Amino acid sequence: MTSKQKTWTWRDIPVGAVVENPGSSSEYLTGGWRSQRPVFTPDNCVQCGVCYIYCPDASIVMTPEGYPDILLDYCKGCGICARECYMATFGLGCFEMVDEEEFR
Amino acid sequence: MSKRVGMEVSIAVAEAVKLANADVIAAYPITPQTHIVEHLSELVADGDLDAEYVCVESEHSAMSAVVGASAAGARCYTATASQGLALMHEILFIASSMRLPIVMTVANRALSGPLSIWNDHSDVMASRDCGWIQYFVENGQEAFDHTLIAFRVAEDPEVSLPTIVNMDGFILSHMIEPHVLLDDEEVARYIPPFRPINRLDPDRPVTMGDFAMPEFYTEVKKSQEMALRNSRATIDKGWQEFAELTGRKYRAVETYKTEGAEILMLSMGALGETASVAVDRMREQGLPVGLVKLRLWRPFPSDDLLKALGGAKKIVVMDRAISFGAAANPVAAEVSSLLYDTEPRPCIFNSVVGLGGRDVRVEDFEAIVKKAMQGHSYPGPVGDYDLIGVRE
Repeated sequence: MTSKQKTWTWRDIPVGAVVENPGSSSEYLTGGWRSQRPVFTPDNCVQCGVCYIYCPDASIVMTPEGYPDILLDYCKGCGICARECYMATFGLGCFEMVDEEEFR
Repeated sequence: MSKRVGMEVSIAVAEAVKLANADVIAAYPITPQTHIVEHLSELVADGDLDAEYVCVESEHSAMSAVVGASAAGARCYTATASQGLALMHEILFIASSMRLPIVMTVANRALSGPLSIWNDHSDVMASRDCGWIQYFVENGQEAFDHTLIAFRVAEDPEVSLPTIVNMDGFILSHMIEPHVLLDDEEVARYIPPFRPINRLDPDRPVTMGDFAMPEFYTEVKKSQEMALRNSRATIDKGWQEFAELTGRKYRAVETYKTEGAEILMLSMGALGETASVAVDRMREQGLPVGLVKLRLWRPFPSDDLLKALGGAKKIVVMDRAISFGAAANPVAAEVSSLLYDTEPRPCIFNSVVGLGGRDVRVEDFEAIVKKAMQGHSYPGPVGDYDLIGVRE
């Protein structure tokens, strides 16, 4: 849902919950049910891009400088980026999964 | 006005679908619904009805096909019973949440097992909460009329909800009864062309049947719930316009000889005709008995029923299905919660009758009422009901 739709009451729902503007799925923010979020620290990052490749929801994009940028509007908090990170093999992973409660 | 003709009720229902000029019919034959869809397939094959008749491999597919066709803007009809309705179950909820005004006849039949082709209401009670408008009809004329009324109300832009017309399998579906039919011109006046609020259109694409996050789902359900509750005004309008057209008046709740009644029976569907004969007999014996018939099951006509039942000391609710392990059977549960706050609260008795085709006779109603007249349970223990005619 878009930030605007988050304020919709039941009266604002179109009949049959039809989506009236096609090709708008990127406006539908799907990260709301995440219970942990990946927090990135660039110190250990070797810019391998493994997190970007493994992210099952295309919620990681690479910056022009070659670092991952996590799109929290879509990230479900699955933790695959933190687990697959090459540097995690050496105990130097770039991601820490932190409970969402910490950000409230 | 057209003339009175003798006709099997299933055939009359199919003729109503033809008169309504349905565009798409997708159905799988199942006893006791078969004659409806057989006749419709003949009407389409003979060129008497310009519709797509989709022969599907299951009821799950039948309901899925009409969901798709209705979303594309077609006037859609299907019919089923028992296991067929059970197989449709998941799609029933999708049709109502998508607000697709499909019309379906359910020729009520017992659910397996053991396999029974005969009548009771266990099929529709298992799909009670599917979000469709639901009528229960008492005789062939009501079945014919409500097939037309269902299209008129379902497709109204104020409603846009699917509708089930429940008619008792065999007891109605296979009975030859007198029907006053309508002609094309009359029906065309009563049912305007279907103008869907949204439809699948390549020139104006939309997404239907989409995904909802937890932040959204509750609002969507509330909007669906309010649509069903608010449909009542249009349901009444549909009946009123039908009365203007035909002189036949229908209401959500009918009463029969309820004046001065201390004990009331409550029934749905074809039971009402037998029960009214029983009331006649008991009134002749001087017993203060009346009958209340529930025609509209969803949205539940709470206010009408409160008014109809008001003042009775004892109410006997007839259920034609068991809600296994429940505090009360489906209709009794509804009536009990409705009357909980009334003062003085009447004593409610619950009888389960006619399971899997067991005959329900006039004498059965008399025995039920006479037993209730002597009963003193107040308000009655939870889960306590009479399973009429069971061998103990």
